[in-house]
Amino acid sequence: MHTEGKDHAELADIFNKDEKRVDWHDETLWFIRAKRDKAVHQLPEWEDLRNTASQIKHNVLSNLDKYLVEFEAQAQANGITVHWAADAAEHNRIVHQLIKDEGVTQMVKSKSMLTEECGLNEYLAEHGIEVIDSDLGERIVQLAKEPPSHIVLPCIHKKKGEIGDLFHMYLGTPSGLDDPQQLTEAARIHLRDTFLTRKVALTGVNFAIAETGEFVVCTNEGNADMGAHLANVHIACMGIEKIIPQRKHLSVFLRLLTRSATGQPITTYSSHFKKPREGQQMHLVLVDNGRTVQLGREEFRNSLKCIRCGACMNTCPVYRRSGGHSYHTAVAGPIGSILAPNLDMKKYADLPFASTLCGSCSNVCPVKIDIHDQLYKWRQVLVKEGYAPTVKKVGMQVMTTTLNSPTVYRLAGKMGRIVMKYAPFAVNNGLNPWYKNRDMPEPPKESFGEWYKKNRK
Amino acid sequence: MRVGLFIPCYVDQFYPGAAIATLQLLEKLGVEVVYPANQTCCGQPMANSGFEHLTHGCNELFIKNFDGFDYIVAPSGSCVLHVRDHLHDDKQEDKAKDVRSRVYELTTFLTDVLKVKSLPAKFPHKVGMHQSCHGQRGLHISSMSELVAPSFSKPGSLLAMVEGIEIVPLNRIDECCGFGGTFCVAEEAVSAKMGKDRVDDHLEHGAEYITGVDMSCLMHMEGILKRKGSKVKVLHIAQILNGSPTP
Ligand code: SF4
Repeated sequence: MHTEGKDHAELADIFNKDEKRVDWHDETLWFIRAKRDKAVHQLPEWEDLRNTASQIKHNVLSNLDKYLVEFEAQAQANGITVHWAADAAEHNRIVHQLIKDEGVTQMVKSKSMLTEECGLNEYLAEHGIEVIDSDLGERIVQLAKEPPSHIVLPCIHKKKGEIGDLFHMYLGTPSGLDDPQQLTEAARIHLRDTFLTRKVALTGVNFAIAETGEFVVCTNEGNADMGAHLANVHIACMGIEKIIPQRKHLSVFLRLLTRSATGQPITTYSSHFKKPREGQQMHLVLVDNGRTVQLGREEFRNSLKCIRCGACMNTCPVYRRSGGHSYHTAVAGPIGSILAPNLDMKKYADLPFASTLCGSCSNVCPVKIDIHDQLYKWRQVLVKEGYAPTVKKVGMQVMTTTLNSPTVYRLAGKMGRIVMKYAPFAVNNGLNPWYKNRDMPEPPKESFGEWYKKNRK
Repeated sequence: MRVGLFIPCYVDQFYPGAAIATLQLLEKLGVEVVYPANQTCCGQPMANSGFEHLTHGCNELFIKNFDGFDYIVAPSGSCVLHVRDHLHDDKQEDKAKDVRSRVYELTTFLTDVLKVKSLPAKFPHKVGMHQSCHGQRGLHISSMSELVAPSFSKPGSLLAMVEGIEIVPLNRIDECCGFGGTFCVAEEAVSAKMGKDRVDDHLEHGAEYITGVDMSCLMHMEGILKRKGSKVKVLHIAQILNGSPTP
């Protein structure tokens, strides 16, 4: 992906050049959103579940230190080696060292957005380690040398035929194949071989339970289990916010997660990992990478409640029509637009503006993150920190001056209407982005203010 | 009951018909309405662009214009939401708070304060109702498809009082139209695409008019309709409820 230097609006503009593709992308995601609606409307207690989940996470965030220490002690007692990584670089170094210690140059990995966030695959590739992603969607984008465009559906932007082409090129399937079942079969054979030969397997973590020191990995393909069970070394990587206090809390989250993500009642595999089997090593890397900073930003700390279901992306009318890659960050969509500026304000200053603030994300979110309010708040922070383009700053100053004075406002309004009426070319031109796809409103002969003066009083 | 009429800047300048209908409708319902002449804008365009710190002047002016009314009513969910959530004034926060609590979007005012049960309006047309997000999700003037909760619609209940009107069903009942304030130019491509899709949903179902509580969404959709060469018109809900559809 060549996203270097381009902001969301520019990347979305490129994506929109192919309108049919946008329609297809939008409809595919809307289909999932509709499935989600159907699934949640079958549970009268849905809103209670959301409240409960949000409160559990609130407790976690307020006592994160306590739960992390508790979790570490329990996990160690179970025989898991616990590592702490302050940032992405440290995380990558730890994982690399563990692979080196095992004396291998290959690894199989199941889906983990955290490793995407840390750029693990690139790092390991630079150090001569071959990584094969075992989640089907992730494997597809990996072959295409692209990052995932969605946290739950990594290759949702790819059509069947395109996947057939990739498999033809890399897995030796016949050309022109676009039957999902045949493609999946080809991937299965390829991945089975990978599972059987890799000595190190890495998985993500969906939930880590402080009380018991175990962690839970949710997949629909069972690929995390196959990787982890067959390997000598199982490395699990998690953001420190993935902790939940007790095992009983899991029931709340497991009910919410997949209904929100895909409309399924529960993930096909919700695998609990508590201790290494005989002769196996189990490592767990706890990663901060900006999370404690976000925890300290009171207005944005709620974003750490996220359980990565992707519902906010599926519902977001902007995401659906701009594609995940337009967000140029590992976690795209509404939630990504809150998380990314925390990591790098300058690089991601555009993202909180890539929203109409319609609020659908906040209401679909299973842990009730006030996503659209946080987007609004980020805008204020980013402008204050000086990340607004100069043109916008000047424009806003002019607008403020106009609107602060009723006399100037009335005059400007009148002038504007006169210009639009007698010199429409001044506004109806290529420099006016409104005019590119829309006509301007017809200027009325008088404003309401003028009408009122004549007709009332 | 004295009501201060707040007419958002772009409605004042571009859609006086919507404002006149709002005024006449309130008057018909026996309300004493005053339009303070020195009003401009609620400050939302700056605030939503990240320049909330530039809204002091607008806030001060708003308070000056609307302090002391029993209610402040505006034909715009979006502007009302902005005032409700973001109007502050360090020097007179009590007054700001008071203004925030008294400001109402028109249809909510009609259903919740005036408790309107019937309207002398007739509109024998097929109409698509656009749920504007800020009013719907921000002010809860109607239920939303994301939540598991009883469904209701304040504007819908008012439109049901209009004789002869036929509200067309939509595939996506509350999808955003993509206007989004400065979003409509800053993210032109996505905004226009969202608008097109929104309009198409209404057209597909045979709407002759598209209505809603926010003229801004309607302005955006009107721009797209006109560019398409469509004969379908947009009307603010006040124009239908007032029984005088011509803008
Ligand atoms: S913010 Fe909410 S809706 Fe979005 S991915 Fe996270 S949990 Fe899901």
